[in-house]
Amino acid sequence: MLNIVVCLKQVPGTTEVEIDSERGTLKREGVESRVNAYDLHALELAVTLKKEHGGSITVLSMGPPQAEAVIKEAYALGADRGILLSDRKFAGADTLATSFTLAQAIKKLGMPDLVLTGMQTSDGDTAQVGPALAELLGIPHVSYVRRCIEARPGHSVTVEAEMSDCTERLRVSLPCLLTCTREVGRLRLLSYRLLVATQDKPLEIWSYEDLKPADGEEFFGLDGSPTRVEKVFPPSFEQQREVWEAPARELAERMLGKLEELKVL
Amino acid sequence: MSGVHVDRDACILCGACIDACPFGAIEIEESQLIITDDCRLCGACIEACPQGALSMEESRGAGAVDPDDYTDVLVFVEQDAGRIHPVSYEMIGKGLELARSLGQKLHCIIAGDGIEEQAADLLYYGVDTVYVYDDPALRCYRAEPYTAVVCELVQDIRPNIMLIGATHVGRSLAPRVATRLRTGLTADCTSLDVRENGELVQTRPAFGGNVMARIITPNHRPQMATVRYKVMERAKRVDNPHGAVIKRTPTSELTSGIEILDIVEAATEASIAEADIIVAVGRGACNERCLALATELAKKLGGVVGASRPVVEQGILSHTQQVGLSGRTVRPKLYVACGISGAVQHVAGMQGSDYIIAINKDRQAPIFEVADLAVVGDVNEVLPHLIELIGGRGGHGNRSAS
Repeated sequence: MLNIVVCLKQVPGTTEVEIDSERGTLKREGVESRVNAYDLHALELAVTLKKEHGGSITVLSMGPPQAEAVIKEAYALGADRGILLSDRKFAGADTLATSFTLAQAIKKLGMPDLVLTGMQTSDGDTAQVGPALAELLGIPHVSYVRRCIEARPGHSVTVEAEMSDCTERLRVSLPCLLTCTREVGRLRLLSYRLLVATQDKPLEIWSYEDLKPADGEEFFGLDGSPTRVEKVFPPSFEQQREVWEAPARELAERMLGKLEELKVL
Repeated sequence: MSGVHVDRDACILCGACIDACPFGAIEIEESQLIITDDCRLCGACIEACPQGALSMEESRGAGAVDPDDYTDVLVFVEQDAGRIHPVSYEMIGKGLELARSLGQKLHCIIAGDGIEEQAADLLYYGVDTVYVYDDPALRCYRAEPYTAVVCELVQDIRPNIMLIGATHVGRSLAPRVATRLRTGLTADCTSLDVRENGELVQTRPAFGGNVMARIITPNHRPQMATVRYKVMERAKRVDNPHGAVIKRTPTSELTSGIEILDIVEAATEASIAEADIIVAVGRGACNERCLALATELAKKLGGVVGASRPVVEQGILSHTQQVGLSGRTVRPKLYVACGISGAVQHVAGMQGSDYIIAINKDRQAPIFEVADLAVVGDVNEVLPHLIELIGGRGGHGNRSAS
């Protein structure tokens, strides 16, 4: 048996979030949401492991009430239990406060055998929450896992993980946390039938009251975040450049000249 | 709980704060000003309010320290089986610059097994102190023993700033260290500066889009940042090193639940991070024919093929070929961007290239803003002509890569 927790994040459906350069504000209207892709691959790994070894899959997501959609999607993909961590006090969290909130939830659940996260999110790209969560849980972690070769419940998992210039094969004792690349599990199409069938499956919402530690609220949300965003601004590039507009053939001819000038040819 | 407090008697609902808020976190509901959960406590609204109706209630947060107790810059030097990762020299370069502008020192920590020589050599980059942890348990990176020695040193020497290269190792280690130390960590900074008061000003692309964020860590130390390989300038070697190597013994037993069994494969494909010429494809070139054309052009120029995120997300090219914040940072001599729109997260990974040619049919594509040469045209039409014109001529580029 393997009891697995998978952490999922709702992210903007596009990377086209832009800045209003006159006002210096983020334009977030009308941006759709989806589940961070790497997290879905991690969930697929969980489903595969459960098929082989039995056990349970619990998904956790921290976010506003509308992040419920993430849990619903996970149900259709095979999650047994879903918990949304949602409270105004959790808002404005940086990666440390986010990890803290997730860790509190996992401690409340009881330590699983395996915690899986995506290797990073598409909106933050920091890759920090997985390792930080492992630290707070006091368990080993391996980042950039691309394959789970073998799982021995109650003992260890053997995995392949990407390094800068090679791939390592590692054995990690359980419980542990793995951050997953796209290769760990192939995404299945979300089945409409399952989506409908699991639509009414209840999900739990845990608030600050459910997760607060004995020593206060300062660990959550903005208060629990050592980093502060002081300012957001559009990127500026000061660049002298040539602009060519012409029919394709002429563009190609001029490019050939440029490649010669650059001594590439 | 921290937040912006509204004095509703003083507020005249003029909306100046709403215009000033960069996060769209202020709304008027039922004739009352509401600060929403999107607030990041930047304070822009307080400055903008003509009535003085807004004020900040800010907790210093759990684990806050007195910044004056922390001084100097510490760089984590990454090694694997004795080989130092080159990003480490870039971190030393940046670290020296930051330390000098504060009139402070630059220290390094290196952990490994039998690395005395490598440690001593670091002094030739102008480092003041090299702290060495030499132990068989540290031969290759594993999360727990590395976290243990780095945290132990930091707690002892109390640096104001700590820099770590954003490699696979750095991105695994840094968050664990920051969490244990309960301090702030900013990933993949594209620029780092210090203020006179020692505050590290960290800039990185954020919110997944075409937005840069300036981030600080006001009340926690050390201020930790990671930086991608090939973003900062490498430290120069000096003739007369002045620093010292200090050997340290771990104070606790270095245990780990991780056992490295073997290295299954060394990367065989030409790494895009090292290539001199890269032909990269984006959403606008996201079809088989166009990919074949880009591959052909790369081959003729003696370069390699890279991709922007949408192409990798569709599974057309592998993650190892992805250029950008979520992929690799590259600094080739020539970067040819084919049908790439130029999202900040991509640009952050290639703007250090010596010469950038961008081909895009959209005249307004942001990629043109970083390009040296903007070619306004359809890649599907331009590339076939270009390949035909080059014909059988070989590229002078990266011969070793093909």
